[in-house]
This record gives sequence, C-alpha cells and structure tokens, in this order.
Amino acid sequence: MKHVTLPPAPAVMRLQTALILLALMALVVASFLSLDLQWALLWSGDAIQNSREFLAGFAPPDLQATLLKKVLFATLETLCMSALGTFIAALLGILLALPASGRFGAAARQITRLGLNISRAIPELVWASIMLIAAGLGPFAGTVALAAHTTGVLGRLFADTLENLPPHCETTLRMNGANASSAFLYATLPEGLPQMVSYTLYRWENNIRAAAILGVVGAGGLGQMLKYHLSLFQMPTAATVIIAMLILVGLVDALSFAIRKKLMA
Amino acid sequence: MSVSDPTLPPHLQTDPAWRSRLVAFALVLVLLWPMLVMTEFKPWELMDQQSLSASWKFLVNFFPPAHSKDFLLMVAEASWQTIAMASAGMTLAILGAIPLTLIVNAQLSVSRLGTGRMHGLAYLLRQSVRWLLVVLRSVPELVWALLFVRIVGLGPTAGVLAIALTYCGMLGKVYAEILESSNTLASRTLLENGSSRLSAFLYGSLPDAASELVSYTVYRWECAIRGSVIMGFVGAGGLGQRMDESMKMLAGDEVSTMLIVFVLLVAAADWISGFFRRGLA
Repeated sequence: MKHVTLPPAPAVMRLQTALILLALMALVVASFLSLDLQWALLWSGDAIQNSREFLAGFAPPDLQATLLKKVLFATLETLCMSALGTFIAALLGILLALPASGRFGAAARQITRLGLNISRAIPELVWASIMLIAAGLGPFAGTVALAAHTTGVLGRLFADTLENLPPHCETTLRMNGANASSAFLYATLPEGLPQMVSYTLYRWENNIRAAAILGVVGAGGLGQMLKYHLSLFQMPTAATVIIAMLILVGLVDALSFAIRKKLMA
Repeated sequence: MSVSDPTLPPHLQTDPAWRSRLVAFALVLVLLWPMLVMTEFKPWELMDQQSLSASWKFLVNFFPPAHSKDFLLMVAEASWQTIAMASAGMTLAILGAIPLTLIVNAQLSVSRLGTGRMHGLAYLLRQSVRWLLVVLRSVPELVWALLFVRIVGLGPTAGVLAIALTYCGMLGKVYAEILESSNTLASRTLLENGSSRLSAFLYGSLPDAASELVSYTVYRWECAIRGSVIMGFVGAGGLGQRMDESMKMLAGDEVSTMLIVFVLLVAAADWISGFFRRGLA
C-alpha cells in the first residue's frame, strides 16, 4: 500500500486575526466591568413587578378621536419637517457643492469640504438641541436641524457627483463660447441631476425616520408628543404615539422597497 | 419666453420647455406653502433681539473650548462610558441574534428536505421569530432608551439594553439574509446525509459566510457608538448626557469641547472598524 502524505492542515487563523479578536474580547470584558450595570435591579422581584405594571399600563392604547386627530397632525408635522429639511438641504447642498467640487480653486474646495464634514459629523439630534437655544421649542428647530445635518451629507455627495461627471459636454460648450454659468446649467447640471435626485430621495427616507424621534429633545413632531406623554406617565397615549411611529416608518420602508424594486426591474 | 436669435427656426424661437418649467415652479410653491406653515418656519424669529443675544452668548463661549483638567477627565470618562455602552450592548445583541438567526434560517429546515415544503409548526415558528426581529428593530433605539430609562432609571443600563434590543433585531435579520444568500450546497448536502442542524450550520454555512458576518457586525458596532452618544440625550449616560447637561446650562465652552471629542470619537471608530474589517476579511 502506497503511503500518501497529506499537505499540512491550514492554520486555524492568521496571527493578525487572532490579535484583533483578542483586542475585541478585551474591549468587551473591559466594557462590562467598567459599566455600573444594574442587572440586579432589572431582575429583582420588585423590578419585574414594576416593569410588568409599566408595560401593562400601555395596553390598551388610547384610541379617542381627539387624540387620533392630534397624532395625525403630529405625523403630518413630522413628514413636513423631513420634507422641508431635505428640500432646504438639497438647495444648500448644490450651492456648496460648487466650491466643494473644486470650481473655485483648491483652497475653496478644502475649506468647503471641511465645513460639510463637520456639519455631517454632528447628528441631527445634537443639531436640534443646539437649535433649540436659538429657535425655541417646536418643529422649526427640528427642520433647521435636519437641514443642517443633511446639507453636510448631500453637499458632499453632490460634490462627488459633479467631480465624477465626464467633462466633455461642459468643455464643448465652453470652447464654443458659452459662459461658465450657462455651461454648468445646460451641460453639467442636467447630467448630474438624476443621481442627485436619487441621493435626495434616499436622504428624505432617512430623514422621515430621524424626524420621528427628533422631538424627544423638544423639536416637534411625533417625538415631542411621545416625550410629553411619557413624562406625564400617560402610558396608553404614549402607546398610540409609538404605534403611529411604527406605522409611519413601516409605510416609508414598504414604499421605498416597492419603488426600488420597480426601478431595478 | 423668447430666445432672441432670428436665425433659429420659428418653433425654437420660444423656450420649448417653458410650460413644464412654469408648472413645476407652481407645484413647488403650492406644496411648499402648507409645509412652511406646518413647521412654523419663521426664520426672522432667529433674528429678534432676545434670541440673537441668547445664541450669541452661547456661541461666543465656544472658543476657547473648555480645557480644565477636571473637565477633560470627566469628558474622557464619559467617552469611555459611551464606547463601553456600545460594546456591551453589541455583545448582548450578538448573543441574542445568533440563536434567533439559527431558528429563522430556512436553509437549515429539515422538514423541507425532499418534500420541499416546511412543516407547518416550523413555518409558524420561523415567521413569528421573523416578526419579533421586525418589531425589535422597528422601534427606534432612542424610544427603547426612553422606555428603559423609566424602568431601570437614569444611567448606562438603559442605553445598553436599548442598543441590545435594536441591534439584535438588525443583526438577526441581516445574518439570516447573508446566510440564506450564500452558497447553501454544502449545508444541504450535510443535512441530506443526516448531520444535525448545528453541525450543518457550523461546517456547511458558516465558513462561506464568516467574513461577511464579521464585517457587518463590526460595521454595526461603529453605528452603535454613534447611537449611544445620541441616547445620552434621554438620560442613558455617556457623552450625550453630559452634552445635554452643558447645553441646558448654556455652557458653550463645554459643548464645544464635547462636540470636538465626539467628532474625533466617530472618526476613530470609523478608522478602527475599517482596519478590523480589512484584518478579519
């Protein structure tokens, strides 16, 4: 019988992988040790009793006609906040995308991009709580907050779109004597527009979700209503608001899924 | 709308698109007006004396950022708390998501072998776990946090639980999708030859999908760090809670330091997660 030598078994994992996994494990252990987590509080008989009462308080949700009307209004307010915030952001985004795509020199490009990155890095909720100081409670602060964050996101995406477009059409117009603004308006803008519109719609979808919760710091919409009724311990009302949020988010998800499916087909 | 160029043919003397331009413009105005009313869009209120002086007082303090030793130590502690909340929450989420994925994954169905149809009860179980995952991730993490703050009180416990529940829903769904869309030939063969579900998963499905699963998990960890800052605003501990407190006291210098720390934190998480994903792929 011939003796067959098998190749050696492959290593279980690379050293690099092992080190990374070890680092992650250390992070997790350190996290659990350093956080003062109140597990005892969560599982003690008292707490379970409390939680059960707390959760039972939600059922049944309050379905009075006056409340439903208010919830509907807050839902509309949420939708308007998200739509207006996205619209303003798209306008500002395209204005800022001009310097950010390097049309006014490298220095302007760097400075605008830095600004866009900063406004993008600050989440909507933090923007909202800053805006509350200037604009006071209400949907206006939320709208401006959404616009501020989304301008950063869209401005950068638009700038990248403009930079990546093939330059031929615009150069042709320029070489034939069109001035810079008409060359941009009639060549580059129409070429980039479909991409920009799809980015804007995608951000709008995100912003509807964000606008629903933005209110918990006091910036209008469904979130503000939820915070208000929760802090008064009106659980059935809060339950209605949460259900409204779930329905809104579910509808938006379903709609965007259907549209995307249609566009892909 | 006339284009003053007599050399053009007559049908191009006017802008061919003027009608649609006019309609689009009118439509925007008609849609915009109720929205502006609805959102109480009054930018001029930002410009009145009282609001201007409040914002000015707040913003002028942004520079220089607060940098006393005590404050920086406090910010460092809060940042670590934020990272720890995200990591602990993610760990719990993974621990919850793995068994749920194993239940949901239709490729591991034994009753479907041969007949092609799943057993009724098994189908019911899979669908109900699927719906559980949908509910877990549909309630925004901030709302979970708001609810848990009422149950376990202010502090990081509420944040950890909120992250654990939301991300359990997200991870469970995406894990199942990754596993079901990867090559299932190996696990099918194992199942058909009588191996148990768990070993079919471990030896058949997992090796093919492992790197994608790990990569998605690390990406979600990065998202959880961003999320845990935000959850502080409803009292769930960490950097967000400190930021909220400073904001309410109009301490611009403290807010400015914490914003800088936050931006750096997110950038660092982004970088580390990219590094890990490349290293583990």
